[in-house]
Amino acid sequence: MTSGNLAFAEAMRQINPDVVAAYPITPSTEIPMKFAEYVADGVVDTEYVAVESEHSAITACVGASVAGGRVMTASSANGVALMHEIFPIAASFRAPIVFGLVNRCLGAPVNIHCDHSDSMPERDSGWVQIYCEDAQEVYDTVLLAVRLAEHDDVLTPVFVCQDGFITSHCYEPVEFLPDDVVKEFVGERKSRYPLLDVDNPVSYGSFTMSEHYFEIKRTQIEGMNNVPRVYGGVMSELSGLTGREYPAVDCYRTDDADYVIVIMSSAAGVVKDVTDELRRGGVKAGCLRVRMFRPFPSEELKSALAGKKGVAILDRSASIGGTAPLAAEAKSALYSLRDHPPISEYIFGLGGRDFFPDDARRVFSDLASGENEGKVNYIGLLEDE
Amino acid sequence: MAGVNIKELVSKKNPMTEGHRMCPGCGAPTALRQAFMGIDSPVVVVGATGCLEVSTTVYPYSAWRVPFMHVAFENAGAAISGVEAAHKVLSRRGLARADIKFVAFGGDGGTYDIGLQSLSGALERGHDFTYICYNNQGYMNTGAQRSGATPRGASATTSPAGSAIPGKLQRAKNLTEIAVAHDIPYVAQTTLHNPADLIAKVKRAVETPGPAFVNILVPCQLFWKIEAADQAKICRLATDSRFWPIYEVADGEYSLSYDPHARVGAEDFLRAQGRYSHLFKKGRERMDLVEQAQNDIEAEWGKLLKKCGRALS
Repeated sequence: MTSGNLAFAEAMRQINPDVVAAYPITPSTEIPMKFAEYVADGVVDTEYVAVESEHSAITACVGASVAGGRVMTASSANGVALMHEIFPIAASFRAPIVFGLVNRCLGAPVNIHCDHSDSMPERDSGWVQIYCEDAQEVYDTVLLAVRLAEHDDVLTPVFVCQDGFITSHCYEPVEFLPDDVVKEFVGERKSRYPLLDVDNPVSYGSFTMSEHYFEIKRTQIEGMNNVPRVYGGVMSELSGLTGREYPAVDCYRTDDADYVIVIMSSAAGVVKDVTDELRRGGVKAGCLRVRMFRPFPSEELKSALAGKKGVAILDRSASIGGTAPLAAEAKSALYSLRDHPPISEYIFGLGGRDFFPDDARRVFSDLASGENEGKVNYIGLLEDE
Repeated sequence: MAGVNIKELVSKKNPMTEGHRMCPGCGAPTALRQAFMGIDSPVVVVGATGCLEVSTTVYPYSAWRVPFMHVAFENAGAAISGVEAAHKVLSRRGLARADIKFVAFGGDGGTYDIGLQSLSGALERGHDFTYICYNNQGYMNTGAQRSGATPRGASATTSPAGSAIPGKLQRAKNLTEIAVAHDIPYVAQTTLHNPADLIAKVKRAVETPGPAFVNILVPCQLFWKIEAADQAKICRLATDSRFWPIYEVADGEYSLSYDPHARVGAEDFLRAQGRYSHLFKKGRERMDLVEQAQNDIEAEWGKLLKKCGRALS
């Protein structure tokens, strides 16, 4: 039995990265804390840089990654927001950092619980974003992320997201691979242009005006576009070792479903349970969990949702004044279908508000009645009681 | 220039190429060139955002013959920390040369102000690197704004001398002493008219294990409003007036590197620069501020001599 945080730390122990630079913030703190124990006990030979802020944490990670090292860190909420400036720089340097992002809402008001308002503002930073449902998936995804990030055709940093407290702190059974299997799976990082190669000097972070900036961004876009292909290969290699599959979208009983809830991360477990229950009563329910948010799996969404009688998109963050992030992406993907399904949007779980089976039942019943179609609805607000 | 072989020094390959885009007469490339004369090992350089960084890395060119990285404005201390940490591991594994030295530089904006936290963290953690502040006493890359290093009375574009306010009202913070307070092995203050001093200090900084900090006063002819050719002259005035004392602190021991025999008054230093010209405007002189500058100098000099274990002179 272990937690999402400890599963992440265990993967780090097995990967034995060259450098970890981190700063404590709830609920991700356990990851660097546990890892610092491994360093203190000599279990790993990582250089652990206990920096003085999250901004310095991600900056030191960029420096270490550019130097040629394999680098990991973790953070949450305001820590992630403080790092914001450096994320696009890391991506542009093609620094393949693997980052444990333990989702927590952004203040104010101050609140330590889960929603996705910390990671969603980073969706355009040029990083891959993968959202995990449970601790097992966190563990497996860290291993995948190292290979994906460092692949020559990708060279893009990866956020491995998990729900704060819900996944990060709840204990559940997790199967770990033997150390030597992990070691062989992740291999050694081979940096093409390490800053430490004094015989072949390179400059990083140059001043690049309109004549070349666009082209550099274009290469990043191409790197991101290569993610699905590379990810597919790396994932099947890992699932050969574990027997577990993690496609970009997790389609649960959607094939013949009439009504589908589209959701991310841990709340999908609730929707899957309710799906089973409704199925027993003859309702053709289904759950589509978006696991990879960047790059966004538009084609998978289109083929899974074409022809449905109703689709509800549930966002765990808002885009105040605009369409919530998952809804915006999903609707944009479905737009190109000639007859897209009726769509309703929901905001749920802000600041760690619980998402109960009853909430999922209500959404499925709304879908059947069609009453909330075309609207943005809220789940579990006190005013609705 | 005792102990320095000029012939040898000038034959050393400068890690910065010709053809960079710094202004003619700028003190920063001079300071860096001298600094690199003090480094005999292979070196990896990290630069904070600033004139020097921008003007030496105009893509698709780079003026750096050595590995160079710029991340952002406020984080050169953290960036070099990451590089140095990776070097520890990678050199242990035989994947990098063991003898590489690490140098970070920033202007005073990137060091005194926005980068102070990052620098402080790196000094406290004890990374093996040298931080060089090329201090021109303001934000030059954005057009001569005031910084925490701008001296009292100077006119800068965000503390302009107007009819109601005579330039910057606050004193410069003493960053060299802040670095000393970190109890690091080596801290030095210098300027560039005496290359022997600058080179020797950087050499000592780089060869001292652990963090070292060198604060170099570097004129900007656009902000200071001086002639491009007067770079060295103005630095000499800064030291002869004791406005910018030259000293070092090794393992906590202070020593004065230069005690001017022929002292000049603060007025001579101020008058030589256009950024103080409002203090000497006919009919609107502010000799009270000139006197205050002299008093500030005397007070700081007294404190420094005491730390150096010397009688007030």
